[in-house]
Amino acid sequence: MRRRLAPYLLVLPGGLWLAIFFVLPMVVMLSFSLMQGDVVNGFQLTWHWQNYTDSLSAYDDQLIRSLVYGLLATAACVLLAYPAAYWIAFRGGSRKSTYLFLMLLPFFVSFVLRTFSWKFLLADDGIVLGPLKNAGLLPQDFHVLATGFAVVAGLTYNYLPFMVLPIYVALERVDPRLIEAAQDLYAGRAQAFLRVVLPLSVPGVFAGVLMTFVPVSADYVNATVLGGTNNTMIGNVIQNLYLVNNDYPQAAALSFALMAILLIGIFAYARALGTEDVLEVAAR
Amino acid sequence: MTELRETEAATAAKVAAIELRGVVKSFQSHGETVTAVRGVDLTIAEGEFFSLLGPSGCGKTTTMRMIAGFDEPTEGQIILHGGDVVGVPPNRRDVNMVFQSYALFPHMSVFENVAFGLRRKNTPKDEVTRRVGEMLEIVDLAGREKRRPRELSGGQQQRVALARALVNRPRALLLDEPLGALDLKLRQAMQVELKRIQREVGITFVYVTHDQGEALTMSDRIAVMNEGVIEQLGPPRQVYERPATAFVAGFIGTSNVLSGTVARADGDTAVIEPGPGERILIPGAAAEAGGTVELTVRPEKIAIGLHPPDGEACALRGTVTEVVYLGTFTNYTVRTSTGAEVVVFVQNASSADDVAASGDTVWLSWEPRHSYAIGA
Ligand SMILES: Nc1ncnc2c1ncn2[C@@H]1O[C@H](COP(=O)(O)OP(=O)(O)OP(=O)(O)O)[C@@H](O)[C@H]1O
Ligand SMILES: [Mg+2]
Repeated sequence: MRRRLAPYLLVLPGGLWLAIFFVLPMVVMLSFSLMQGDVVNGFQLTWHWQNYTDSLSAYDDQLIRSLVYGLLATAACVLLAYPAAYWIAFRGGSRKSTYLFLMLLPFFVSFVLRTFSWKFLLADDGIVLGPLKNAGLLPQDFHVLATGFAVVAGLTYNYLPFMVLPIYVALERVDPRLIEAAQDLYAGRAQAFLRVVLPLSVPGVFAGVLMTFVPVSADYVNATVLGGTNNTMIGNVIQNLYLVNNDYPQAAALSFALMAILLIGIFAYARALGTEDVLEVAAR
Repeated sequence: MTELRETEAATAAKVAAIELRGVVKSFQSHGETVTAVRGVDLTIAEGEFFSLLGPSGCGKTTTMRMIAGFDEPTEGQIILHGGDVVGVPPNRRDVNMVFQSYALFPHMSVFENVAFGLRRKNTPKDEVTRRVGEMLEIVDLAGREKRRPRELSGGQQQRVALARALVNRPRALLLDEPLGALDLKLRQAMQVELKRIQREVGITFVYVTHDQGEALTMSDRIAVMNEGVIEQLGPPRQVYERPATAFVAGFIGTSNVLSGTVARADGDTAVIEPGPGERILIPGAAAEAGGTVELTVRPEKIAIGLHPPDGEACALRGTVTEVVYLGTFTNYTVRTSTGAEVVVFVQNASSADDVAASGDTVWLSWEPRHSYAIGA
C-alpha cells in the first residue's frame, strides 16, 4: 500500500504548488475573459464571448507582429546558439563548464537592466552610432532604436541562453564514436554532421525553440525599451489593457487567445518534428 | 605445420592487405607524453584472420584506429593493399571498423544503419535494397529491418554492426573486441558465426581481443602485444606451445615459468639440476653451462606422483600448497625446490582419488620435449 502511494506523495508538493499558483489563477482569468463591466461598478460573468472577437480584431496588428518577431528572434537564436553549443560540446575539452558559465554570465544581471544597456549602446548619438555618424559613415538621421530590428535583436540577445543550453545538452550526449563510425562508412565531415550529429541534436533544438518562442512572443520589455511606439507587441497591449485601461476582460481574452495560438502552433510543430520518421528521413 | 607454411607462402605471393612499418603513436595528455604504441611492424595477408591479443591498455585499439584512419601515427608507415595511407581520412580508406561499443546510429532503423555506407557511395537504390537484404540474411537478421538498435538484443546489435561494415565489401574488416559485451554462451556462438562469415566473404579480418581463448580458436595468426610492442607473432599453436617471452607464456593459457642455471649441455639439450634426483632437460636451448635459462611447461603436460619418476623424464620435487577440484580436472599448485610455483592439471578419469593432499611432498615429471626455453 505504502509503496503504491509513494509516487503520488512525491508529486504532491509540486502538484499543490502548481494547483495554487497556476491552475487557480488560470480559472480566475478565464472567467474574467467572459465578463463585462468596469473597475468602478465591478465585473459580471455574462459569458461575453465577444471579448475575444473584439480584442482580436482591435489588436490583430500587434498579434501578428508578435508572432513574426517571435519567429525571427527564435530563428536568430537557433543560428547563433547552434554553432556556439556545438563548439563547446565538441571542442570545449576540459573547459566546457567554464565556457557555459561565461555564456550565462550576463544573465546574472537583471533582464530589464540588460535591455536598458542596449538602449544606451544603440542610442541615436550613443557610443556606437555617434562616432560612425561623426565620421560620415552613416547618415545623420540613421537610427536603430525604435525599429523592429532593435526589438528582434534585443529579444534574440535576451533569450539566447534558453537556446544554447538545451542544444548543448543534446550535442553533449552524442557519442563521438558515432561520428567516427559515419566517417568510417565513407561520410565526409559535412555528411557525418548532416546525417548523424544534426538529427541527434534535433530534440535539443526542439526544446530550445519551445523555450524561446513562447516567452519571446509574449515579451513586452524589449518592445517597450527598444521598440518605440510603432513596434509594440501583444505583450505591450495586454499590459496596457490591464494596468492602464483596467479593461480586465479584454486583457484576459487577449491573453487566452495568445495562449491558444501558441499551443496550436507548438502542437503542430511537435507533430512535424517530434516523430522518429523525421529523423529517419534526415538520415537517408 | 602445413597450415603455417601455407600462410607464409600466401604472405609472400600476394601484396599484403595491411602492412605496418615502425609505427609509433604518442599522445599528449596533461602535459605528459604517453606512448601507446612503440614501434610495431606487421604484415597481414589478404584473406587472413589476424588477431591482436594483449592485456588492457597495451595499445590494441590505438593500433586499429591508426589502420582505420582515426588517429595518425607519430612515426612510421601504414600501407593498405600496397598504398601508403598516412594522411588519408577514414572515409577514403577501403577498410571498415566494427567498434568495441558497436556505435550503431540510434536514430536509424536496422536497414538504414546497414545502408549507410552504400548510400554515401551513391549506390543505386535497388542495389542498396538488394545488398542490405542479402547481408541481413547472412547475419540472420532478415525481418528485423525496421527495428531501432535499442529494440535489439546485444547479440543482434553486434550482428547489425558487423553487417553495416561488411555490406560495403571492404578489403579488410577491423573488429575491436566485437564480442566483449556479450555473455559467454552468446560469445561462443558468435565466434563460430564470425568465422563462418569470414570464410563466406573471404576478406581480411583484423580482430582485437584480450581473450586468449578467442584468439587461439579463431585466428590464422596472432600478434601478442604488451605495452605497445609485439612480443610474439605466429600461428596459434606456435604462440601457445612455444611462447617467445615470459610475458607471452604467462598471458597465453596458464603457464609455468621456471628458471635455473645450466649445469651442463648435452648436445643442444641444456640440463638444469636444482637438487638431488632433480633434473630439467631443455632440448633446443642454446645455452652454455653456467648460463641461466628460462623455460615454460604447460600445466597439462606435467604428471604428479609421490615417488621420483624413472628414466629420462624431467623431475622436480615440491610441496603441494593448494588442491582445487574442477570436475574433469584437479588443479594442483606445487611450490618447487627452485622456488617457483608450478600449476599442474590432472585429468580425474585416471584416478578416483586425489593423488596428493595439501602439504604433501610430491614429484613432478614431464617429458623433455614439453620444456621450452623462452625465446628459443
Ligand atoms: N587519446 C588518448 N590520449 C591519451 N592517452 C591515450 C589515448 N588513447 C589511448 N591512450 C593510452 O594509450 C594506451 C593504449 O590504449 P588502447 O586504447 O590502445 O588500449 P587497448 O589495448 O585497446 O586496451 P583495452 O583492452 O582496455 O581496450 C593506454 O595507456 C591509454 O591510456
Ligand atoms: Mg581497446
